[in-house]
Amino acid sequence: MYRITKVEHLSEKNWLMNVEAPYITRSCLPGQFLIVRTGELGERIPLTICDYDREKGIVTIVFQVVGESTAKMSQLKEGDCFTDVVGPLGQPSEFVKEDIEVLKQRNYLFVCGGVGIAPVYPQVKWLAEHGVKADVIMAARSKDLIFYEQQMRSVAANVYITTDDGSYGMKGVGTDMVRKLVAEGHHYDVCVAIGPIIMMKFTSLTTKELGIPTIVSMNPIMIDGTGMCGACRVVVDGQVKFACVDGPEFDGHKVDYDLAMKRAALYRKEEAEKFERYKASLQ
Amino acid sequence: MDKTFDVWKKVPVREQKPLVRAHNFDEVCLGYNDEEAALEASRCLSCRIPMCVEGCPVSINIPGFIAKIKEGYIEGAAEVIAQSSALPAVCGRVCPQESQCEGKCVRGKRGEAVSIGKLERYVADWTREKGIQAGKAGEPNGHKVAIVGSGPSGLTCAGDLAKLGYDVTIFEAFHQPGGVLVYGIPEFRLPKDTVVKHEIENVRKLGVKIETNVIIGRSITIDELMEQGFEAVYIGSGAGLPRFMGIPGETANGVFSANEYLTRNNLMKAYLREADTPIRPGNKVIVVGGGNVAMDAARTALRLGAEVHIVYRRGEEELPARKEEVHHAKEEGVIFNLLENPIEILADEKDWVKGVVIRKMALGEPDESGRRRPVEVEGSDYVMDCDTVIMALGTSPNPLISSTTEGLEINRRGCIVAKEETGETSRFAVFAGGDAVTGAATVILAMGAGKKAAAGIDDFLRNR
Repeated sequence: MYRITKVEHLSEKNWLMNVEAPYITRSCLPGQFLIVRTGELGERIPLTICDYDREKGIVTIVFQVVGESTAKMSQLKEGDCFTDVVGPLGQPSEFVKEDIEVLKQRNYLFVCGGVGIAPVYPQVKWLAEHGVKADVIMAARSKDLIFYEQQMRSVAANVYITTDDGSYGMKGVGTDMVRKLVAEGHHYDVCVAIGPIIMMKFTSLTTKELGIPTIVSMNPIMIDGTGMCGACRVVVDGQVKFACVDGPEFDGHKVDYDLAMKRAALYRKEEAEKFERYKASLQ
Repeated sequence: MDKTFDVWKKVPVREQKPLVRAHNFDEVCLGYNDEEAALEASRCLSCRIPMCVEGCPVSINIPGFIAKIKEGYIEGAAEVIAQSSALPAVCGRVCPQESQCEGKCVRGKRGEAVSIGKLERYVADWTREKGIQAGKAGEPNGHKVAIVGSGPSGLTCAGDLAKLGYDVTIFEAFHQPGGVLVYGIPEFRLPKDTVVKHEIENVRKLGVKIETNVIIGRSITIDELMEQGFEAVYIGSGAGLPRFMGIPGETANGVFSANEYLTRNNLMKAYLREADTPIRPGNKVIVVGGGNVAMDAARTALRLGAEVHIVYRRGEEELPARKEEVHHAKEEGVIFNLLENPIEILADEKDWVKGVVIRKMALGEPDESGRRRPVEVEGSDYVMDCDTVIMALGTSPNPLISSTTEGLEINRRGCIVAKEETGETSRFAVFAGGDAVTGAATVILAMGAGKKAAAGIDDFLRNR
C-alpha cells in the first residue's frame, strides 16, 4: 500500500507529502519522476520526486492544486493511501552518469521556479553528496511560495531568493538574479532550470545570451509514463521526443517552449469543467 | 430456428442493432445461447485430420471441444480448451478466426466455416456464468519464475507455468493487469469487468501473483530479479512507442496516437462522466490506418459522438483489420476513405487541428508484404475538415528493458531477438515473446509465444 506518512500544507495551493513507495526509492535517481493515482476512477498524475529515503522506502512529493485530481490528493491525510504510485520514470539527470572528477571542476547553477524547487532539491543534494558545488536560485511569486529553504541551504553552496513582489529576497524574477550573479563575476558551466514552462523559456533565453549551457525538465501531459501513449511529445531541436522515455530533461536552448505551452493547454476546457463540478459537489 | 437453419451457413449470432450500439459501450456481439451453440456445433464434421487445429496458434483441440458441446457436456468442452488456452473468453472474441482456425475449416470450401470463435466464446461464457474453474495448479516444485507484463502473452506463460507447479510472479507497469486487453481493446468488443477480470482471476487462482505498478527496467531490472531468486524471466512487455507519420502539422493540438485515445477511454474510463481522466471526443475525427487498432479508435470516437472517417492508403482488400471489425464499423456508420493518405495537418491560429490535406492513392505492384503497394496520384490533393486526427500506424519497440539489460540482443528494428520455438533470448535464463519480439501483432500470436516460452522455460529449468 502507498501509505502517506506525512502531510504538510506548504502554502495556499502547495502540498508536500511523504509516501511509502519502496519500489521507487530502491532505484530512483535525481531527474526522475513518478505517477500517482487517487481513487478507482482516478487520473494518473505525473509528479517530480522531491526527496527519497532509501532505507525507509519513503518518497517525498510536492504538488500544486490545479484541478480536480490534485484537489482530491490534497484531501488525503496522514495514514491514508494513494490508490497507485509508480516509478521511477524517465531518464536520470545526465550528471549521475558522468565522471565525478569532471563534475567537481564544474560550477552548477540551479534556477527553480515555484514547485520547481521540488525536483531541483534531489539534484543539488546528490551533487553535494558527491562533493560537487552548486548555487541555487529559488524564485517564486511571493514569500509563502518558497519551501524547503533550510533543506536547500544545507546542500547548496549558495542559495539566492527572488520574489516577484519583493516579499522575500530580491524583488524580481529568477533571470534577474542570473544576470546579477554573472555581472558580479560568478562563472557557471551549467545551468539547470526547472519550473513553469514560461520560466524555463525565459531562463533559457537569458543563459543562451550569457553562453551557459542549460538543461530544463519538461512536465507535459502524459498517461502511462513509459512511452506507450505518446501524449508527452515535445519538440527539441526540430525533433519530436517523448518526455517520458527520452527525457524529462532536455537541452534548454533547443526546446520549443511555445509548442509545449500550447500542448499543456490541450485539456484545459475539460479539466476546468471537471474541477468546477468537483468543487460544486463539495458544497 | 430450425426452419431457417441452413447447414452451409453459420448459425447467425445475435448482436446489438448498429444504430443502438453506435451510442453505447456495451458489447456488440451477444453470443450464442444453448440452442444456437448446439446447432452450430452440429455443423462440425469432426475431421480425422482437423485442419482447424493447425490454424490455431495455441493448438486447441477444436473438434474435441465441439464434440463435448454436441454431447451437451459444456464443462467437458471447457476442460478441453483449458488444456491449451488460459483466455478462451478473450480469444473467442478477438482472434482473427477467418485467417486461422475458421480459415482452414473444411466446411469453408463449399459454404461457411464452423463458427469456432463463437463456440469457444460460448463455452467460456457458460463456465464463467456457472462459476466453474477449468484447469488447476500443479504440485509446487519450488522454482520461481518472473514474468514481465500481464498482457495475453504474460498471462498465458504464467498460467502454463503455474499448471506445471512453478511459483510465478507477474510484474505489471500499469495499475491494472491485462495489458492490451484493458488499455487497448474497447469495452464494446471485450467487456472488462466481466470477461477480462474473470480470465485474470482464473490465472490468479492457479497461484500466479500479479504485482502492479512495477516497471521492469526502472523500478527493478531483470538482473535484480535474478538476484532476488527468480530462476528464469519471461519478457512479454508488449508493443511500444506509437508511430507518427512525420508530416507537417503533426504536433498540433487534436492529433493523438490511437494508444493515447484508447488508453484514456478504456483503461482510464474517460467515457464515464465520473472518471477523472479527460478525453476530447472530437466532432469530426479522422483515423489514419486500417488495422484493428484503427477500427477500435474509430468506433470509440463514434460512440463518443463524432463523425468518423477512416483514412487508409490501400484498398478494402488490404485492410489488415479483422473482417468482423470492418463490417461492424461500417454498419455503425464509420466512413471509409480508402486509397487516401494524409500529407499535412492544418491548424488554426491557436494551433488546433482544423483539417487534413489528403492525397489520393492507387495500387501498384505488390511489395514485400505481398500487398499491392500504394502509389500517390499526382494532383489529387484535397482538404478534409476535421478537429481531431488519430494516428493508428503501429508501434516501435520500447527500449526500456533492452537498454537496461546487458547482453540482451535486439534486431535492427529494436525488437528483442528470441527463438520462435522456445522463446530463448541471447541472455541466459531470459525468455521473450509477443509484441516485444515480433512488433505489433495479435492477442493470439502473443499467447502462442507465451505458451511456447512456458514449455521452453520448463525444459530449461529441468535440464539446467
